[in-house]
Amino acid sequence: MATTASGQQQHPLGIYIKIWILLFVLSMFSYMVDYFDVQGVMRWTLVLVFMALKAGFILAIFMHVVWERMALALTILGPPMILLLLIFFMAVEGNYTEDARVQYFGHDADRSPLHVEH
Amino acid sequence: MSHSSTVDASVSGSTAPAADGVTGFINDWSADKQTYHVPWGKAMMWIFLVSDTFIFSCFLVGYMTVRISTADPWPLATEVFALSFFGSDPIPLILIAIMTFVLITSSGTMALAVNYGYRKDKKKTVILMCATAALGATFVGMQMYEWSKLIGYGVRPWGNPWGADQFGSVFYMITGFHGLHVTGGVIYLLVVARKVWLGHYEKKGYEIVEITGLYWHFVDLVWVFIFAFFYLL
Repeated sequence: MATTASGQQQHPLGIYIKIWILLFVLSMFSYMVDYFDVQGVMRWTLVLVFMALKAGFILAIFMHVVWERMALALTILGPPMILLLLIFFMAVEGNYTEDARVQYFGHDADRSPLHVEH
Repeated sequence: MSHSSTVDASVSGSTAPAADGVTGFINDWSADKQTYHVPWGKAMMWIFLVSDTFIFSCFLVGYMTVRISTADPWPLATEVFALSFFGSDPIPLILIAIMTFVLITSSGTMALAVNYGYRKDKKKTVILMCATAALGATFVGMQMYEWSKLIGYGVRPWGNPWGADQFGSVFYMITGFHGLHVTGGVIYLLVVARKVWLGHYEKKGYEIVEITGLYWHFVDLVWVFIFAFFYLL
């Protein structure tokens, strides 16, 4: 398993097939979470874990990041980390807005959505 | 993972970097010469993809913000995207699950195309790239069906029959932008596949297939996040 002379990414076919199957299985698991109507903390945990694994395998193997030199890998993975800060700030802001709507505009946050008629 | 550090001088335009890992990282950045020892097209594709990451992240973070901030209930994706076959009871989220499998299959055929490209197996590369494009077109077709279905239900960017108004705007914005990427990718794949078939890369080398593959896998990668955050959570 090596990067060849001209910086090409050449690896055995087997690893792609294995990752491919793994991605199928992980997608199947994600779908099963919805199919069996898993709710609450368990739903969030399972969906996020399967998502992270799928994203990780696509990036690492299919997009060859695990075989790239660290200079390129960190250029790819480094800058997006700042997004964690954005997510945090916007979650705080969003919660504040919702609280304001409930407290000052009399919105009811505990209603359920209407069911879909097929 | 093992990693041989030799990089051809004709590609990198410099001498082969000696070290890997952190030492290699420091050498690459501090040697006062080219930092990335990959073909320029690949470095540019990666820089484009990083910027595209920020675009999709803005959409998804915006989605998170409106969903948190609305006091209205969020419509149930599992019911909205359910589908019945031949008069069966609606199967939850089935259309989206099939779309996900179609896109993963296309990622697999693309990975194999890259591999056969570097083996200089022109025929298999072209066939696999065309298969990838066909699966991508299938995905877009299913997305069009999904859109027409939601439009039929009365989902609009400013409202829907079930709950928070923002559901429609988020849905059309995010899936529309992703669908646009898939459509662009299908065209890109077909153009490159044609050039491979005509033998334009026999001398230049098949890096272009890997670069096209990076774009395609990225589109699949974005879908992984959309599938999790918009459809499942």
